[in-house]
Amino acid sequence: MTPLRIRRPGRLAAEAVTLLVAAAVAFPLYWMVLSAFKPAGEIQSTDPRPWTLSPSLDSFRRVFEQQEFGRYFLNSLIVAGTVVLASALIAFLAATAVTRFRFKFRTTLLIMFLVAQMVPVEALTIPLFFLMRDAGQLNTLGSLILPHIAFSLPFAIWMLRGFVKAVPEALEEQAQVDGASRTRFLWQILFPLVFPGLVATSVFSFISTWNDFLFAKSFIISDTSQSTLPMALLVFFKPDENDWGGIMAGSTVMTVPVLVFFVLVQRRLVSGLGGAVKD
Amino acid sequence: MTTQLIEKRPDATAPPAPRPPRRGGPRGHRPWTPWLYLLPALVVLGGLLVYPVYQLGLISFLEYTQAQVSGGEPTSFKGFGNYTTLFADPQFWQVLLATVLFAAACVVTTLAVGCALAVLLTRVRALPRFALMVAALGAWATPAITGSTVWVFLFDADFGPVNKLLGLGDFSWTYGKYSAFALVLFEVVWCSFPFVMVTVYAGIKAIPSEVLEAAALDGASQWRIWRSVMAPMLRPILVVVTIQSIIWDFKLFTQIYVMTNGGGIAGQNLVLNVYAYQKAFASSQYSLGSAIGVVMLLILLAVTLIYLRLLRRQGEEL
Repeated sequence: MTPLRIRRPGRLAAEAVTLLVAAAVAFPLYWMVLSAFKPAGEIQSTDPRPWTLSPSLDSFRRVFEQQEFGRYFLNSLIVAGTVVLASALIAFLAATAVTRFRFKFRTTLLIMFLVAQMVPVEALTIPLFFLMRDAGQLNTLGSLILPHIAFSLPFAIWMLRGFVKAVPEALEEQAQVDGASRTRFLWQILFPLVFPGLVATSVFSFISTWNDFLFAKSFIISDTSQSTLPMALLVFFKPDENDWGGIMAGSTVMTVPVLVFFVLVQRRLVSGLGGAVKD
Repeated sequence: MTTQLIEKRPDATAPPAPRPPRRGGPRGHRPWTPWLYLLPALVVLGGLLVYPVYQLGLISFLEYTQAQVSGGEPTSFKGFGNYTTLFADPQFWQVLLATVLFAAACVVTTLAVGCALAVLLTRVRALPRFALMVAALGAWATPAITGSTVWVFLFDADFGPVNKLLGLGDFSWTYGKYSAFALVLFEVVWCSFPFVMVTVYAGIKAIPSEVLEAAALDGASQWRIWRSVMAPMLRPILVVVTIQSIIWDFKLFTQIYVMTNGGGIAGQNLVLNVYAYQKAFASSQYSLGSAIGVVMLLILLAVTLIYLRLLRRQGEEL
């Protein structure tokens, strides 16, 4: 498949470099998982070894016992799941509107969706904090869900546009001839066709929501039962002595779901991105 | 009655005429249909994006500190007072400069690494390519916060493998300003080069292979092929990844906050986003924090306008 047929030694060298880079890129994740399984004595050792002969679950146990990590995990899952579902549906409708219709202000809207992507979400923490306070939403998962739906939308709409555009208009005309209503066409024909794009888009909303640290830190101020994973992780940072075993075990618990999600949709993600970028 | 009906439906009397779209086709739909589809998105964006942006601007013109938040004192209009205070503060300029330079360093490194590896990927067989792709997807998928904790641990003065490997003893990376920025840069490049690599790789694959073969046959070096053949053809993609990188790296928050513990010793590693947060939530100067937010917003808006111009020039249809 390589477009360039180059001399063999050159290719072997390139392949060796590629494997080395791959190992280097994977190393931090390897070290994270390894450290999570190391017994305490080996973590707090000034002679760190890249393996362990006595793996232990102590760090994981500590994480789940000291902290209500299970609960935080569930909270993170609820927040990310709701955001993914809601933003996918809303973005699908909006993307259909801006690609399948010609109407006044269409281009203006598209540009506004693009501009909205650039808004530094972090800067909006201050007004959102007051908005959530006035709406009585502080310390609830809703205070995390609502803003994240809003922040996932512009990118999701922009990206889905390419997928909706790719569905031939003849299909829509055919559906009309066959007597399908617009609603029926939307949900029974267009939706399944655009589904791969929705998955690719969802990865981005899932990750940005799952990773969110600033809103969780700012809006969940006193009720720790509503905390999400990032906040729970920071508890293991102590001014004098960081509990590295706990931090690494917590990080592992937080990273694995995203990795699984990524691997599952990896193929669709790469092709989807290509489509969105080239479009 | 019947004549009226017939008059109203001329198509019924003239069947061969082109069929007018029923129930609103792509053309000739009922004018409010697209707006109906857009309604949920517009409501959410209006309430949780546009309105907060307006509020941000408003707060930046008010006197808004803990006293006003708790209702102890009435809010008062300060005009450009907050901005005057901000622009008179040497720390603001220092942070702004650090933000711009640090973001630039991150963008340049990320693009260089991402593009180089994308070219490398085209020159190897499936297995090594798969290995690098998987590793890169792993780095990409890693949440910013866990990526930060892991990298801090890797470079830990006492227990980290990096210092051990490089023989740096108990050198503390987070103590010095530049070494701390370097550490954050490593993490940022690690988690953002995959996007560049995957996208540029997909772009290279879309270039007809004859073009590249012809260049290779003409004896062009790999660098020359990249510079004279690939880069011009990849221009649209490179614009997208560059702008995206600028926007991401300018807005960095989590990495700096976690890795340098809220902005480094005496705030030496502050960037605008963290600075605004500290001003607002640590010192309760909400109006100053908002003013910093407005400055960021304006800078990113300028970047966006440049982006739009470039898109226009490429003749992209919206």
